[in-house]
Amino acid sequence: MKEETSGYLDMDLLRFTTAGSVDDGKSTLIGRLLYDTKQIFEDQMEAVQQASAKRGNGEVDLSLLTDGLRAEREQGITIDVAYRYFATPRRKFIIADTPGHIQYTRNMVTGASTANLAIILVDARRGILEQTRRHSFIASLLGIPHVVFCINKMDLVDYDQATFERIKRELDDFSSRLEVHDIRFIPISALKGDNVVTRSKVMDWYQGPTLMYLLESIHIAGDHNHVDRRFPVQQVIRPMTTEYHDYRGFAGRVAGGVFRVGDKVHVLPSGFESTIKSINIGEHDVEECFAPQSASMTLTDEIDISRGDMIVGTNNLPETSQDVEVMLCWFNERPLQAGGKYAIKHNTRDARCMVKEVMYRMDISTLRKADGDPTLKMNDIGRVMLRTTVPLHFDKYQRNRYTGSLILIDEATNETVAAGMIV
Amino acid sequence: MHSYRLTHLKELESESMHILREVAAQFDNPTLLFSGGKDSIVCFHLARKAFHPAKVPFNLLHVDTGHNFEEAITFRDMLVKEYGANLLVGSVQESIDTGRVQEETGFYASRNKLQTVTLLDSLEKFKVDCAIGGGRRDEEKARAKERVFSHRDEFGQWDPKNQRPELWNIYNGRKRPGEHFRAFPISNWTEMDVWQYILLENIPIPNIYFSHEREVFERDGVLYANSSFMRLKPEEKPFMKRVRFRTIGDMSCTGAVDSPASTLEEIIEEVASTRTTERGTRMDDKRSEAAMEDRKKEGYF
Repeated sequence: MKEETSGYLDMDLLRFTTAGSVDDGKSTLIGRLLYDTKQIFEDQMEAVQQASAKRGNGEVDLSLLTDGLRAEREQGITIDVAYRYFATPRRKFIIADTPGHIQYTRNMVTGASTANLAIILVDARRGILEQTRRHSFIASLLGIPHVVFCINKMDLVDYDQATFERIKRELDDFSSRLEVHDIRFIPISALKGDNVVTRSKVMDWYQGPTLMYLLESIHIAGDHNHVDRRFPVQQVIRPMTTEYHDYRGFAGRVAGGVFRVGDKVHVLPSGFESTIKSINIGEHDVEECFAPQSASMTLTDEIDISRGDMIVGTNNLPETSQDVEVMLCWFNERPLQAGGKYAIKHNTRDARCMVKEVMYRMDISTLRKADGDPTLKMNDIGRVMLRTTVPLHFDKYQRNRYTGSLILIDEATNETVAAGMIV
Repeated sequence: MHSYRLTHLKELESESMHILREVAAQFDNPTLLFSGGKDSIVCFHLARKAFHPAKVPFNLLHVDTGHNFEEAITFRDMLVKEYGANLLVGSVQESIDTGRVQEETGFYASRNKLQTVTLLDSLEKFKVDCAIGGGRRDEEKARAKERVFSHRDEFGQWDPKNQRPELWNIYNGRKRPGEHFRAFPISNWTEMDVWQYILLENIPIPNIYFSHEREVFERDGVLYANSSFMRLKPEEKPFMKRVRFRTIGDMSCTGAVDSPASTLEEIIEEVASTRTTERGTRMDDKRSEAAMEDRKKEGYF
């Protein structure tokens, strides 16, 4: 355990999401990852053992570790995104465990929005289902850089290589239509532990890494955009004390690129240009800041800047427009209203928008445009044209997940009704 | 070639600073729930970083059960003085005296559940529209489902099955009059992250987190500090022991751990090798499988 205390300065953070159809064994897989990396504590294990016994389950049900709400445990299903945490000496992991039921697709989108990697479970007995396609498409749409297909329940198909190869081939064909560049396939049994943390003794025909090895070693430093300089301003910091009488700092989280003291910058929407005078992170003055750091910067010129503005590099500006075309995931029971008005949140900018046109609805199972009525209902995804009250400064989502994303809010209920990826 | 790689602690720190700034921007009177425990201390430290060189733009609210560890209160007052923070106190004793709640009786009597009423009353009294808490998703399985910006209806209730989806780092803090929000800037931190960060940033914490000699007694396998707030059963005999606390809550429900760890490094090593969760020493969570969920729905932290 010694390396955990001294090695923490060298660990990084991987966020991943798990998706699968009902009964694909997601919760069991997560329970297995936590259990085999010794992240499950005695009192949690005792509680799960007691609960399993109460339900009359023969084996200890590892899914009870993740299903936190009473209704979930009673019905044996996962309702909401559950966040789980574990660490190895090399990495800290955040799991967004999302339910497989079709009516809860919004949770998968939520979990996917911040993930570096998606694990998609496929039942070896059942192969690709509509949900598999849906989850893969969402992973691609949400710009998850790495996707790992785990062909699970290999123990129930006698660890048969041909079955694995057949499913892998089908997934390969299907995935060629997706925008994911790093796709892996692993045959596993979450229940028995094969190829999850420890290498399978029965599937000697599989030479690739275990899931755990992959999670620990996959390269993620390149997942952030360090090219296009984007700094959405959250707050203007004015201490108005004698010591910091003239300090006027712009606080935000770098959404792209690297900012250095002395850099020329361009301010949107005013169009003024200035130079970075100082950058500080808390009390420390620093020479540079990069995505995804939170920092504050001051400029050499007195320019009017407020929340919702964006400081960017001079040579490479984002698009600026009131007409924004998005892929929209609809979350609400009330369908999207063509011509309807919604509040919109993009970065730190609040505005309102009107739905000008629903261009088409996606058919998730074919990854093609659906025929007929393009109305977006709950869990539908479609291409939509929005007109905003003020111009937004944005990049395409596939270029930058933070300057390319937005949410829509129903102004009557204040609910978040949709997530949009700018195309 | 320069490496633009953040360690997990620095990435978590950046995320939390961003959340705290969103809270400040989206609410009129956000207030930091401050118990003097390590999680609220880390939240305050992050807030100082987020708004430096300006002052932290939040009041601090302590929901005081009256059953405090003296050391936590001393620490709280010291911190308030050092940073010129504005401290608000909601008193459970006052809620009892005015008949808003009724004190539990018996050996397992605790003021933990009563806090919810005092908290909600205080939020109303001080017109708080967002209460910032140090809750973490790794603490408990109902907390694992909590949003960073968590909506509460006009009764202060949490509806876990009907939460707003929360995507990327966009937080929807819109609400109707009378409703409020809870915000959890260190949602994604674990107990280990908190300790490592305290060490990394050299953040002062109350001394009862470190091993010290104290009079304790044992109940249901847990060591409790002996105090006037606890009613001992005849067979429970107090004795002296070297202990420390992993969490600081109400004295009547916070257990001590038998530990020689007297430095942050030793605590981190202990946390790394320990086989029970942090809240395993909390009697308030042991009441039922869904104890936390039930209290949270009513408006608990």
